[in-house]
Amino acid sequence: MLTYIIRRASHSLIALVGLLMLVFFLSRLTGDPASVLLPVDATAAQRIEFAARHGLDDSLIVQFGSYLKDLVQFDFGMSLRQQRGAMEPALEAFPHTLQLAFVTMLLALPLAVCLGALAANRPGSLFDRITTILTLAGASAPTFWIAVLAVLFFSLSLGWLPTSGTGTIAHWVLPVGVLMLRPVGLLAQVVRTTMVGAINSPYVKTAWAKGVPRSQILFVHVLRNSLLPLVSVAGDLTVSMVNGAVIVETIFGWPGIGALLLNAIIERDFAVVQACILLTACSIFILNIVIDLIYAFLDPRIRYS
Amino acid sequence: MLNRLSRMSSMLARDGFALVCAILLIVIIGFALVGPFFLSDHATKMQLTMRNASPGFDGGWLYIFGGDALGRSVLARVIVGARNTLMIAAAAVAISAIVGTLLGMISGYRGGSVDNIIMRLADIILSFPALLLALIIIYLLGPSGFNIIIVLAIAGIPIYLRTARAQVLEVRERLYVSAARSMGLSPWRIVVSHVLPALLPTTLTLATLEFSNVVLTESALSFLGLGIQPPDFTWGAMVAAGRSYLSSAWWISFWPGFFIMLTTLSLNVLSSWVRTAMDSQQSWRLETSVTS
Repeated sequence: MLTYIIRRASHSLIALVGLLMLVFFLSRLTGDPASVLLPVDATAAQRIEFAARHGLDDSLIVQFGSYLKDLVQFDFGMSLRQQRGAMEPALEAFPHTLQLAFVTMLLALPLAVCLGALAANRPGSLFDRITTILTLAGASAPTFWIAVLAVLFFSLSLGWLPTSGTGTIAHWVLPVGVLMLRPVGLLAQVVRTTMVGAINSPYVKTAWAKGVPRSQILFVHVLRNSLLPLVSVAGDLTVSMVNGAVIVETIFGWPGIGALLLNAIIERDFAVVQACILLTACSIFILNIVIDLIYAFLDPRIRYS
Repeated sequence: MLNRLSRMSSMLARDGFALVCAILLIVIIGFALVGPFFLSDHATKMQLTMRNASPGFDGGWLYIFGGDALGRSVLARVIVGARNTLMIAAAAVAISAIVGTLLGMISGYRGGSVDNIIMRLADIILSFPALLLALIIIYLLGPSGFNIIIVLAIAGIPIYLRTARAQVLEVRERLYVSAARSMGLSPWRIVVSHVLPALLPTTLTLATLEFSNVVLTESALSFLGLGIQPPDFTWGAMVAAGRSYLSSAWWISFWPGFFIMLTTLSLNVLSSWVRTAMDSQQSWRLETSVTS
């Protein structure tokens, strides 16, 4: 197990360094931060001074070297825009993203399991057909469109919920509700498909023959079969949400890491871009290991070596 | 081949839901291909009396979906937007499927350090947020349709790569491939004539599924203003444009988003149908039962 984690970590480290390198060089190709941050009528001398102050006048290789040197000392550079350490805004935004992802998955998982299990209970029934169509629609609908329609309906027409921002419980409803649709749709389909497959297997027939109650067969014997695919799809969805739910965050003014990253790129605040990428990449690495551990816990046949 | 096709189509005719989706998709693609020849003028023509006109028959059939903020026909714009959206997605899917499958075959068949390098590169692409990639490339090269295609294609490569590689690892150990190897066939011949045919069904199914994902990603990018730029537009950009008029003219945002959903929904239904139809152990379900 430990050797597995170490090998996994070494692979991820290579990917991380490659990622940071790409982000570093590519983001600098997008243009000069001075042209965004300094006034339009700034003199050439001011521009040179600005570049010198922020170390932007060195060659790119030298800049990257000093970036790596600072990085191993946990110095993530200064944000050009905010006049503070680049990691600070990223660390401020990240909990918002994590909370949103966590609450969404916490609500989506049980809902999807119930829908999928009830649909699989009687394949071909009216409930099954309606659930299938609705979950498919949920998984296929563009998030931004649903978000826009939700704002139109619940905030503008009915006036029940705030259009954007954070603070009260009411602010959570729309972002979580919109973000939940796709996971609920995808996961319910996974549960339904795997359960329908398992219902016809011999061990379930044995359970029937023994007179085990229907609910127990469904939720104890059959549902277990769906757990592995469920965890793997749910894991992928969580990873994409941890990366920042950019659309939902921008539409609902949620101060998460996706919105921060988008702004930082537009403002050419390179240090913040790098800090965001570093933070999300590391947490996704940890998340992936946790998912592997859950796998091994759920299915004792799985061994990592 | 013809026999198989007719068997597939009779299976499709029995499955009502999949049939409806197939017809919808054909209609949307048909409109996207033919419509712009007649409607691209109407998509840009402004008619001041029809500004934010509500959907209905008052303004003639062109304004059946209403008019946008500049008095342009939403129907005409949806159809022209369909062509742009679908063309970008199709090109991106084709490029990433071809490049990804090729790299996956090389990676799986050669193994060793080539495999390692390709897989680490795929790891990097997978951990690279597609949005960031899009922003950077669009800043660098400008927001043309071609560059959007490249962004979407690069982001899609790892899926095909991993699938192809996993399959090649399995196929190359099969007896007929070993036999071909022992008969002295060149690796290139083996891959093209023995390994590739085994990969095709999975790759095609994956591509239909990915097509709907790419449509969604492209729409999200253009919603954020990172897609092709005006005067060209796709469905995502139309939704974004209607956001400012949401409380007075909801239909500007509604229709393009509705058609995105219709397209992706149909694609998802069809791809899961194709998956079952291609799987010889599952296809009896489609041939025998009406409900599935």
